[in-house]
Amino acid sequence: MSETGQPGAPDHLLVEITGLCKSYTRGEEVIPVLEDITLGVAEGEFLALMGPSGSGKTTLLNILAGLDRADRGALSVGGLDITELGEVDLAAWRARHVGFVFQFYNLIPVLTAYENVELPLILTPLSRAERRRHVDLALSLVGLTHRRDHTPSQLSGGQQQRVAIARALVTDPTLIAADEPTGDLDKVSAEEIMELLARLNAEFGKTIIMVTHDPRAAARARRVIHLDKGALLAN
Amino acid sequence: MFWALIHRHLWRHKLRTALTVLGMAVAILAFLLLQAVVEAWYRGVNSAADNRLVVRNAVSLTFSLPLSYLQTIRQIPGVNGFTYMSWFGGIYIDERNFFPRFAVGPGFFELHPEFVLSESERLSFHREKRACVIGKRLAEKYGWRIGDQIPIKGNIFPGDWSFVVRGIYRGAKPSTDESLMVMNFDYLNESLKKTMPVRADRVGSFVIRIAEPDQAAHISRLVDREFKNSQAETITETEKSFQLGFVAMTKALLVAIQVISVVVVLVILTVLANTMAMSARERTTEYVVLKTLGFGSGRIAILVMGESLLLALMGGALGTALAFPAGDAFVRAVGGLHDFIIPPALIGLGAAAAAGVGVMAALIPMIRVMSMSIASGLRRVG
Ligand SMILES: Nc1ncnc2c1ncn2[C@@H]1O[C@H](COP(=O)(O)OP(=O)(O)OP(=O)(O)O)[C@@H](O)[C@H]1O
Ligand SMILES: [Mg+2]
Repeated sequence: MSETGQPGAPDHLLVEITGLCKSYTRGEEVIPVLEDITLGVAEGEFLALMGPSGSGKTTLLNILAGLDRADRGALSVGGLDITELGEVDLAAWRARHVGFVFQFYNLIPVLTAYENVELPLILTPLSRAERRRHVDLALSLVGLTHRRDHTPSQLSGGQQQRVAIARALVTDPTLIAADEPTGDLDKVSAEEIMELLARLNAEFGKTIIMVTHDPRAAARARRVIHLDKGALLAN
Repeated sequence: MFWALIHRHLWRHKLRTALTVLGMAVAILAFLLLQAVVEAWYRGVNSAADNRLVVRNAVSLTFSLPLSYLQTIRQIPGVNGFTYMSWFGGIYIDERNFFPRFAVGPGFFELHPEFVLSESERLSFHREKRACVIGKRLAEKYGWRIGDQIPIKGNIFPGDWSFVVRGIYRGAKPSTDESLMVMNFDYLNESLKKTMPVRADRVGSFVIRIAEPDQAAHISRLVDREFKNSQAETITETEKSFQLGFVAMTKALLVAIQVISVVVVLVILTVLANTMAMSARERTTEYVVLKTLGFGSGRIAILVMGESLLLALMGGALGTALAFPAGDAFVRAVGGLHDFIIPPALIGLGAAAAAGVGVMAALIPMIRVMSMSIASGLRRVG
C-alpha cells in the first residue's frame, strides 16, 4: 500500500484499517465481501474507491463511516477505535465526525432545503441563531442560498445533491463519505458536484472518501484505489 | 423540526389523514354512545335509596300482589312508612314517546323525598282522581303545564285514559329521574273494579321505608316469611337490588352492547395500525437517513408514535365533539332512553381509548423502524 504525495503525510493518518474482514451469511452460505483489507487514509486526502459492482465498495465505505460493522480487523478514525463504540455512542460519533453524500441524495421530501441542511444541527447544542448561521454558510458554499425554501421535489437532481453536500458539510465533519455522488446525475451536474467536492478538499482541507464508477469523477480525486472481489488491488 | 416532520407528512397525505381521522371519530363516537346507553341503565340503580325495601311477587316482576298484604306489612316492626305502585304502561300518542308511568298509592311522595313537589301540588294530586304528577324534564320535553290533559292509550290496562297535570316535580339530586309520570292508584283500581274485577285490588309492588338501613336484610326476611306458602309468595329486597334485578333482565343485552363498543375500538385499532405500518414503510428512507445522521432510535420512535397519537387524538376529539349532537339525535329517534346523557367520565374514557389506540397502532411499526439496520436500510434505498 503506498501513500504517496499526500499533504497530510503517511504518519498522519485519519483512517487506519488493518486486516478488516466482512462477510454476509445467506442461509447456510457464507458470502465473503471484504477480505483482509488494510488501508490508511491521510487527513486532507481525497480518495476515490473504484471497482466492479458487488466488489464491496459500499460495504467498506459504510464500515469506515460507522454505518456498518466489520467481522474482524482493526479500524480507527481520528485515533479512535470505533469498533469499540456501542450503538448510541457510534450514532453520536457519526453525527459529530462524518458527513454523508449518497447516490440518491436522500433528502427528506417534506422538508425545505434549509431544513434538510439544518437537520444534523438539531443534535448539537447550537442555538437557533447559530444554527441559522451555519446553514446559511453551507447553502452559500454550494450556491443554493436562493433555493433555501424549496423542497427537494422543486429542485433538480444536481441541486438536490448540492443540498445533500451542504447537509454533509454543515457540522464541519472530520470526514465526508460519498457513495457514488454523481451516479444519478447527467454529465454537467456531475461535473458541478465534482468541482464542489474538489473545492471542499482543496480550499477547506476536508478529507473525502468517495466510491465511484465514473472514471471522470475519480480523476478529480487525488488518489484512486481499486477493489475487486473484496480485496484491494495494489496501484 | 419533529413537529414539522409529523404534521407535514399528515398534510401531504390529506385524503388518507382525513379518512383515518374520520374512521377514528366514528369509532369513538360509537363507543361513547354505546357506553352512555349502558350508563343510563345503571344510573337508576345508583340513585336508589338504601332505607327503602321493595316487596314484589316471588315469581317475577310481571306478577302482581294482593293489595290486602298491606295490612300485614304495616304491622312488621321496623317499618315506618309504606306505599305501593303498579306499572301503568300505555302509549302517549306514539310508541316512541316512552317515559315511565306508574299508578301510585298514597304516601308515594312522602316515601320518595327525592321527587320534590310543593305541598299544594301534592294535595291537589291526591284530591283529584284523574290527576297526575310529571317530572320537570318531561314537562319541558312535551311543553306540558299544570292543568293540561294527557291522553294515554292503555295497553296493560286497556282503555282510553286521560290525566290532568296537577303537579310538576323536580329532582333533589342530579341523578334523580325527572321523567316519570305518576297517577292515582285509586283511580285505576276503581276503574278496574268496574271493567275487570279480577285484576282489581292488586299492586305491582309495595315500597316500605325502614328506620334502620342495616336492618334491611332482617326485615326483608320477616316480610317474606309472612307470605310463605300463601297464594302469592314475596321477595323483599332493597331498592338497589330491586333495580339491579330490573337491569339484570336486560343484562345480556347490556353485556352485548359493551362487547360491541369494545369491538368497534378494536376494529379501528387494526385500521390505524395498518395506516401506521404503511406510512412507516413509505418513510423507511427517511428514518434510515435520520439514523445515518446520528438520530437515535428513541427520537425516531417519537416520530412514529407522535404521528399515530396525533391521528388518534384528532379522531377522538372529533368523535367526542360529535357525541353530544349525535346523542341528542339518538334520543329523539329512539325515545326510550329518557335519562340519556354523556357523562364527563365517559369523555375521559373515550380519550383514553383514542390514546390507547394511537399507542398500540404505533408499536409494531415503531419496533420495526427502531431495529432496522442502517446498512440494509440504505441498500433498499439505493
Ligand atoms: N445484507 C446483505 N446480505 C447479503 N449479502 C450482502 C448484503 N449486503 C451486501 N451484500 C453483498 O456484498 C457484496 C458487496 O456489496 P456492495 O454493496 O458493498 O458492493 P458495491 O461494490 O458497492 O457494488 P455497487 O457498485 O453495485 O454498489 C455484494 O455481493 C452484495 O450482494
Ligand atoms: Mg455500492
